[in-house]
Amino acid sequence: MPIAHRSERPGTIAAMANGDAGDDRENPEPAATVVESPEILTTSDGDLIPDAGLTADQRHTALVPMPRQDASDLDDGELTDPRLSDVDEWGRSERMRAISRRVYEPLYKHWFRAEWEGLEKIPTEGGALLVSNHAAAIPSDAPVIMHGIETELRRPVYGLADHLFKSLPVVGVMWSRVGGVVAHPDNAYRLLREQKQLVLVFPEGSKGPAKHYNQRYRLRRFGRGGFVEIAMRAGVPVIPIAVVGAEESMPIVYKNNSIAKALGIPYFPITANQLVFGPVLGAVAYFPAKIKLRVLDPITFDVPPDQERYSKSRIMDESERIREKIQEALYDMLRDRRSVWFG
Amino acid sequence: MGKRVLITGLATFWGGLLAQALEKDPAVDVIVGLDTREPDIALERTEYVRTDENYSILSRIVRAARIDTIVHTFLVVDSTQMRPKTMHEINVIGTMNLFAAASTSGSTVRDVVVKSSSYVYGSAIEDPVWFSEDMSRNHPPRRGVERSLDSVEGYVRDFAIDNPHVNVTLLRFSNVLGPDIVTPVSRALELPLVPKILGYNPRFQFVHEDDVVRSILFVLANELPGIYNVAGDGLLPWTEVARLAGKRTISLPPFGTSYAAQPLRMLGRELPDELLDLLRYGRGIDNRRLKNAGFRYRYTSAGAVKAFVEALRLRSTVGSNEPTYRYASDVEQFFRHSPSVVRDSE
Repeated sequence: MPIAHRSERPGTIAAMANGDAGDDRENPEPAATVVESPEILTTSDGDLIPDAGLTADQRHTALVPMPRQDASDLDDGELTDPRLSDVDEWGRSERMRAISRRVYEPLYKHWFRAEWEGLEKIPTEGGALLVSNHAAAIPSDAPVIMHGIETELRRPVYGLADHLFKSLPVVGVMWSRVGGVVAHPDNAYRLLREQKQLVLVFPEGSKGPAKHYNQRYRLRRFGRGGFVEIAMRAGVPVIPIAVVGAEESMPIVYKNNSIAKALGIPYFPITANQLVFGPVLGAVAYFPAKIKLRVLDPITFDVPPDQERYSKSRIMDESERIREKIQEALYDMLRDRRSVWFG
Repeated sequence: MGKRVLITGLATFWGGLLAQALEKDPAVDVIVGLDTREPDIALERTEYVRTDENYSILSRIVRAARIDTIVHTFLVVDSTQMRPKTMHEINVIGTMNLFAAASTSGSTVRDVVVKSSSYVYGSAIEDPVWFSEDMSRNHPPRRGVERSLDSVEGYVRDFAIDNPHVNVTLLRFSNVLGPDIVTPVSRALELPLVPKILGYNPRFQFVHEDDVVRSILFVLANELPGIYNVAGDGLLPWTEVARLAGKRTISLPPFGTSYAAQPLRMLGRELPDELLDLLRYGRGIDNRRLKNAGFRYRYTSAGAVKAFVEALRLRSTVGSNEPTYRYASDVEQFFRHSPSVVRDSE
């Protein structure tokens, strides 16, 4: 085989002599290199000895007609990542999010006429755990909070929710594309500590939306305080948000436990919306209640992050303190509210 | 003194590739490969020993060849290629006997590498997005392959506890794609319409076949006891995988999915239950522990898909990529033992 040009690197010559020019082994791994000195390759008058210095693999790659394509060079550092969509590891897609923001904007602006107070308390960078009260048969507070923060602060919000969402066909995918993440402690930790994102969680869980209309604005138990523990471990502040108006957007007037049990869902409601708009439209249409949101002062815990365990009593105390703060803020906002529909 | 390596499953895809890679390493003195059938790839100096699938003669081989390193690649992850009972024999009974042989008194074994799979983590709705090595699955395993790999890992753990002087490395690989390997996922992606489950679009993670072999060589060279996930960076939705392959998708119903997937079995493109689970909920495994140990991947998840797709296009144009060389034992005998063959190492 004719050699186009003589290179200083013996490995290159050996590879080309073997008809394997596509793989020029610029940085061969130590294991693959047996060729050690140029003297083996050339005689005194500089002619190539065709088979000298070939490693075992080079000899039998000659038997394989199609050379395997070698991977991109190791020292490049960056790997090529030929992605086609912008769906991130959590399933969120900024493109889908932008579409849903455009669709939701009229509802946010003209239907609920959402009004924020203290939005500047939410940091523009760094992780923070947003904690709020939760209400309405299909909770209207989560999209309002996420939409508001994303449009005002221009940073994404990931919403933690029960894994029930993920199990529903179509709904689960949509929910995940617009920023929903299964509420697993490890997911929350990575989002908050490693990726420094804003994460929204409703510590009441499904007990909040499942409550009857006559229980409105009475906060349920804040789970088992897991959100405090995650904030401690991730070393991020908890930012409580009190939401007024969501309760009246889709109030529950009747609940049937046996149907819920049969369907495997936490609650099966009949809502006031269904009585007004009919059973089908009423299942998805909200009342135009005025939604007001108040961001309370961020709470930081003076404990070191990344500990194996945190004091359970401390966690429960902090959790209860945050719950009281939100409850007080709710009562305060309701005292000022003249009308459910006009605020 | 160089390494004396025993590879289980020499005739399997991984065993063969690994033997070829180890042959290049001058630090490896002896390579013994076990399998129930003859390997069909070109091997220079690997000694092939025919055994039954549960290695009843293994302790004698280990002692006679003074094996110090065992690479256990003969673990079946693709449940579509054999009956559950055979898989159980190979995976569970095989591993049990392998470790029994490796832990006899006076055993010379010092390093053990086991090639397991991320199927041990399962795939369920309450799973975290990323599994790290010390997490366990959320439900007891239901699928045959998951159950058998679970028992295998139990034997690996027991062996590691009983033999603290041995470096035991357990590698858990995510779904493998690449130019050559054939798996239920690659077969599904070769269909004209790629099956998905209606209303679900989970995120998948892949590892390139080269990175699989490189990672095994890496742990052999660096003595890294413990469990390591091996997977490319990034998760990508299944529909995006299909788009990378240039295919449209066809939806299977979300209820009674495994019945609806039955016709594919007749086409030889069976979607096993563990893959149907993945098509519903997906799975991600955290690859940072191996990276922190110094391993560098050459492909991301999407990169592995691209490499697979490119090889697929090439194959569809110029035909199959099988080497013209066919393994013949007498030719191999010539290569190994004939004085006419000039050997590099000498």
